[in-house]
Amino acid sequence: MGDREEEEEGRRRVVFVTVGTTRFDALVSAVDSENVRKVLAAKGYTHLLIQLGRGSYLPTKSDGDDGSLAVDYFTFSSSIADYLRSASLVISHAGSGSIFETLRLCKPLVVVVNEDLMDNHQSELAEELAERKHLYYARPQNLYQTLADMDLNTLLPYSPGDATPVAKHINRFLGFPDD
Amino acid sequence: SAIISSVIFVITLILVRVLFVIYCSSRPMSRRAQKPVSTLIILGSGGHTAEMLDLLAVLQKDRFYPRFYIAAATDNMSLQKAELLENSLAAENGTPITNAGKFMKIYRSREVGQSYITSIWTTLVAMLHALWLMIKIRPEVILCNGPGTCIPICAIAFVFKVLGIRWSSIFYVESIARVRRLSLSGLLLYKLRIADQLFVQWPRLQQQYPRAIYVGRLM
Repeated sequence: MGDREEEEEGRRRVVFVTVGTTRFDALVSAVDSENVRKVLAAKGYTHLLIQLGRGSYLPTKSDGDDGSLAVDYFTFSSSIADYLRSASLVISHAGSGSIFETLRLCKPLVVVVNEDLMDNHQSELAEELAERKHLYYARPQNLYQTLADMDLNTLLPYSPGDATPVAKHINRFLGFPDD
Repeated sequence: SAIISSVIFVITLILVRVLFVIYCSSRPMSRRAQKPVSTLIILGSGGHTAEMLDLLAVLQKDRFYPRFYIAAATDNMSLQKAELLENSLAAENGTPITNAGKFMKIYRSREVGQSYITSIWTTLVAMLHALWLMIKIRPEVILCNGPGTCIPICAIAFVFKVLGIRWSSIFYVESIARVRRLSLSGLLLYKLRIADQLFVQWPRLQQQYPRAIYVGRLM
């Protein structure tokens, strides 16, 4: 890799937006809005990459030549993990898969709750984890304010859970000896 | 009157049997397990599958064998992920990949966002499909964690227990996404006492549902 490319890589700070397998146009249009793009650029992010899922709202692409945020999008990818890894900030729907995948990678995370879902239990988890300071929690309509006010230094790292207690219970119940 | 009394007799018999099954289900197996148990794993979408695979990662593969995976017909990702896991297990043990888990699809009783009214019809179709799959699999252990797909399967498993067709131990792990209330699936399996053991990942849920078992966060 050449020096110029490395320098380019060093300045690259990607905001990755993911809706998983859902349709969440309210989130996509919120991140596509002028004020959200501006606040992200003001905070030093250079790229906005949006995973649209089943949504139909298409954001405006931009190559960011004029010093503004470069914006790109795609619908699905089998390598979401790679996008998460290369991101400096993740804005995600409230699906637990996306939430924990991001937290495990220790990436700063803003979770946006989809209020259009019939059974909106998802806010429970995001609220709980926001109370514990592992992420920021927003709704599409106050995403801008959340991004403007957020201070990533106040977030606490998340220590992953452990499935062995369940496995132990199941084994004992079935009469398997502890090992 | 002979007909009426025999009907009452049969109903009483069934009720006693149901109560007996519920009583036995709530207690650990009295015998020490000797052989591996055939295991049906019901996968959900996205987060549910991730949680289930985390659990499978720590379960002893030589005890929970053979493994059958069921996912919704509309969900391609979950079975793919399970297949990846099984293939990597097979590679580790040097067994041929064809011996790995078996994968099946099931019609879903309710899609995210579908109305409760149309859910009735789709649930019926899902029930028949589930019955067919359960007749084929007849698992000794059922592991599930939340998607609606598990309701018809577990209900049929319970009926099989009552009829003496097959005794399945049903384990339900409530999703980590449920902090304050059980999911509809969890609530049904808890209230109807279909789940032998119902695990929750947040202490608040255990306080609310005393028969649930708190196991801490899986993820």
